[in-house]
Amino acid sequence: MPLEFFLVLAAALFCIGIYGLVTSRNAVRVLMSIELLLNAVNLNMIAFSNYLDRQAINGQVFSIFVITVAAAEAAVGLAIILSIYRNRDTVDMEQFNLLKW
Amino acid sequence: MNLAEGVQFVSFIILAVLVIGAALGVVLFDKIVYSAFLLGGVFISIAGIYLLQNADFVAAAQILVYVGAINVLILFAIMLVNKKENYAPIPRRWIRKGSAAAVSIGLFVLLSIMLTRTHWSVDLSVASPALPIETIGEHLFSDYLLPFELASVLLLMALIGAVVLARREEIEGETTAIVGELPAPALELPERPREPVA
Repeated sequence: MPLEFFLVLAAALFCIGIYGLVTSRNAVRVLMSIELLLNAVNLNMIAFSNYLDRQAINGQVFSIFVITVAAAEAAVGLAIILSIYRNRDTVDMEQFNLLKW
Repeated sequence: MNLAEGVQFVSFIILAVLVIGAALGVVLFDKIVYSAFLLGGVFISIAGIYLLQNADFVAAAQILVYVGAINVLILFAIMLVNKKENYAPIPRRWIRKGSAAAVSIGLFVLLSIMLTRTHWSVDLSVASPALPIETIGEHLFSDYLLPFELASVLLLMALIGAVVLARREEIEGETTAIVGELPAPALELPERPREPVA
């Protein structure tokens, strides 16, 4: 099976994640879209490590680090969302304008 | 194409359709709970794709961390911020959605053209390690030792940071119980109620 299949699948997942990141109004859904982006990156790493770096699988080690960072990011992001929800009483992204000009 | 390659190809197609369909569901569904469960579906299907590429340890880590921790965390967040909310309509929002969709599709087309036209020097004659987890362990404790330790520090920082961010403010001076007085009730932190900012 050619390498391009996996790369195109990862590209599609990445583009879906970007669309969700830009357009969704629920803050939790924005976090989910970020997870989709990170998974697309991981898919690329594994594909490259399996096809181009078969002996020393550096890509798998990288993807493990990405998974670690994703776990930390999810925990902090959800804590931020909880804190915003407590202060503003909403999770609508359009109303979070404290730092907007 | 022999039998093994055929099975590999068919399972790749099934998993790819699952990944794309579930990811579209995550982005497009109205109900956030459906999105959260479909996100779990995306994670499990991606673990299947890892298994197709001899990455069994990463597949197990994917299921443990993503499905077991992150997805459950997202479900908890949905439960905690569960308010029936009718978003105020925004004029000309369809322009934003349409332009975002156009940009995403354009990016996908660009990436696929680039990926299919590049000549990748794939050499499948090299044998991949029989047990990838051994190679990963050697990497983690030799040339990736510093990132490995930094990752543990990062996780500790994230843990403390999440606790600090999600906790409410305590009332000053009421946390210490004076000897002889009634102690503060157990399992209860005195917290200052907060007025929502407009």
